[in-house]
Amino acid sequence: MEKANNDLIKWKDIIFEKLGALFGLLFLVIVLSFISPYFLTVNNITNVLQQASINALVASGMLLAILTAGIDLSVGSILALSISIGGLSIVNYGINPVIGILIVLAVGAAAGLTNGLLLTRLNLPHPFISTLAMMNVARGLALIVTDSSPVSGLPGWVQFIGSGYIGEIPFSFILVIAVIVFFHFFLNKTTLGRHIYAVGGNPEAARLSGIDTKKVLTWVYTISGLMAAMGGIVLMGRVNAAYPNAGLGYELDAIAAVIIGGASFMGGVGTIWGTLIGAMIIAVIRNGLNLLGVAASLQTVVLGTVIIIAVYIDVLRRKSV
Amino acid sequence: MGEIFLKIENITKTFPGVKALDNVDLEVEKGEIHVLIGENGAGKSTLIKILTGLHQPDSGKIIIDGKKIKKNNLRTALDNGIIPIYQELNLIQQLDVTENIFMGREIRKYEKFGIIDRKYMEERTRKILKRLNQDISPTAKIQDLGVGKQQMVEIAKALSVDVNLLILDEPTSSLGEDEVNELFKTMKKLKEQGVTMIFISHKLNEAKRIGDRVTVLRDGQNVSTNNITDVTEDDIVRDMVGREIDEQYPKIDIDRGEEILKVEHLKRGDIVNDISFSAHRGEVLGIAGLVGAGRTELVRTIIGADKKDSGDIYINGRKVKIDHPKDALNKGMVLLTEDRKTQGLFLDQTVMFNIVSSNLNKYSKNILLDLKQQAADTEKYVSNLKIKTPGIHTKAKQLSGGNQQKVVIGKWLNTSAEIFIFDEPTRGIDVGAKVEIYNIINELIGQGKSVIMVSSELPEILGFSDRILVISEGRLTAEMDVKEATQEKIMSAATANVS
Repeated sequence: MEKANNDLIKWKDIIFEKLGALFGLLFLVIVLSFISPYFLTVNNITNVLQQASINALVASGMLLAILTAGIDLSVGSILALSISIGGLSIVNYGINPVIGILIVLAVGAAAGLTNGLLLTRLNLPHPFISTLAMMNVARGLALIVTDSSPVSGLPGWVQFIGSGYIGEIPFSFILVIAVIVFFHFFLNKTTLGRHIYAVGGNPEAARLSGIDTKKVLTWVYTISGLMAAMGGIVLMGRVNAAYPNAGLGYELDAIAAVIIGGASFMGGVGTIWGTLIGAMIIAVIRNGLNLLGVAASLQTVVLGTVIIIAVYIDVLRRKSV
Repeated sequence: MGEIFLKIENITKTFPGVKALDNVDLEVEKGEIHVLIGENGAGKSTLIKILTGLHQPDSGKIIIDGKKIKKNNLRTALDNGIIPIYQELNLIQQLDVTENIFMGREIRKYEKFGIIDRKYMEERTRKILKRLNQDISPTAKIQDLGVGKQQMVEIAKALSVDVNLLILDEPTSSLGEDEVNELFKTMKKLKEQGVTMIFISHKLNEAKRIGDRVTVLRDGQNVSTNNITDVTEDDIVRDMVGREIDEQYPKIDIDRGEEILKVEHLKRGDIVNDISFSAHRGEVLGIAGLVGAGRTELVRTIIGADKKDSGDIYINGRKVKIDHPKDALNKGMVLLTEDRKTQGLFLDQTVMFNIVSSNLNKYSKNILLDLKQQAADTEKYVSNLKIKTPGIHTKAKQLSGGNQQKVVIGKWLNTSAEIFIFDEPTRGIDVGAKVEIYNIINELIGQGKSVIMVSSELPEILGFSDRILVISEGRLTAEMDVKEATQEKIMSAATANVS
């Protein structure tokens, strides 16, 4: 088998399967730049990147869950809980803000870990159940610890994470790129990353192949919680407060990004770049519709339609293989 | 020459990169049992898929009962009474026998309306199962039945409709001897009723038993069609492979080494009932027994896929704790599962992914995986195992069944295992590739590794083991050196009543 033949197959796979969503994004960008003169301005593009960044972070964790044929319904609630506790520690308890940010991440990871342990130790039939429960519990706890009121008074540099710029590029998007690159290496070049694909593709074969599927799943949900918390940090920076009602509905946008990006609900298929592109497609569509003066409610209709179209294109493409 | 039921003329079918069928002609007479034989990749599955309407031929004619078929799809094939029974079962595991048999054709109380007439369907199911002489309850859930029984349900499903041409694709691969006899009895009965059958099998002895005529496919071409009585097994093999096969079971003879595995009083319910044995380096230990005797359960328990109730396992003299397949893998013991596709393969992933999946740690220098080394090792196994694939980045689902099997074997060879347990290693693999598998086993024992081979093919057990264990109903009923073993001794131990 010549190397050339192998490479051809590899690149064909990358272009058609993994980056199909990229063509969708390019198409949208081109169309919108014709429809609205304001779209392709620096101001607007950076706005789009900023809008996409929180979802991109949360969706990175969601991708892992979906890769293992699971789901994490609790990301929005975990986001709220982690920034509530972190925010409170900084503002009310005078904890060093750097530590405070780490507390946000720790709470997210801990909640995620709890999700993972619930799923694997209690042998729950599907993560839908464990994360649905967590979705409620975490939200409730966030409201309790903050006494249902926002926590404000965060230090300036936290604001920078959410709304600052380095040159023309939003810092939050630079953070996203760093995370995406990290995930690329994680998923493709580490044992745990490859095990995630194995567990998602065929959990029984993975187990029989000597993979500790419970350990893999526990890591997956821990990371998902961590990424939700990271998204929360950016949100906190942007609105300069920790709202206990933050993150409502974020799980749906995260799932949409992952799916539009080409991942399969059946597990074992999907890439981090696809997820990023999916998040950007959602942000571009929202932004474009805003520029066109479309009401928010109608925007939601459009978004739902886009999801169907994206997945249907994927269905057609798979059929031809 | 009898009346022709099915005539195929000049059928050609090409897939990207592969000419699956090359101007194939075939005639099947009414009421005959026509055996179709060929290596993996010879074109048998493609031919069947064209007959059953799953694929369209690029060119050629299909003539059924004198009428030329314009466009054959699943519906027209069914309407013409062409019913396939595939090797991979198409049953819904969570539903019961009755529901599966009537899937899509449920009988309602008032024609189109009304609730399902469960009682009537159950009664009909009972009758069909009786026709097959099967002791299966119509209310049994499929997932509770063994693979052999499940296959019987598939056959019952086919019998529940008007069948003109019954296509059986390797139906005996999971059946024990009694079940095979029942199947053949039923086939003969169907033959008397005028049902035509195409019987695809690797097993030449079965072909000789049940077939009227035999067609050999090789590389997408019809190489020969003969009356079964006019050809010998060697003739058929020669046509299949295109060369002489000297020895069917080329086992090397070496001195066995030290004991490497000791199993003591292993128990899991009644299906693994107080079993003790040991395995040695440089030795092939065959495990024989009827289907359902508990051999697969035994080996699954040994490697930790199923939890044992009690018993000890020693590897290299030291007691080991094996609660999960990864424990077994860490101790150098691996299992090639009976069902390769669902339990051994990651179909949506590449050949390379599959082959490295059990030994990723081998490639992690620092934390990142060495993709180059992965590719190199994969190429090595593809070449050694003669895996037919366009490339190492091809998705496993695109390979033919036999090649998928080889990928799974490659995965296990790519570990630092010392004890290899093969559960039905050559099931579903054609004659040419079988020898390749045997050579691999020879190489393993030559390197001082230990091989345990569960097999339902007595000739394979007798031809390729050094020692033989016989399991019956969860118990070890016999242990013998191959030199003193005979088919009768093994069968009598396999059917021994243990209660």
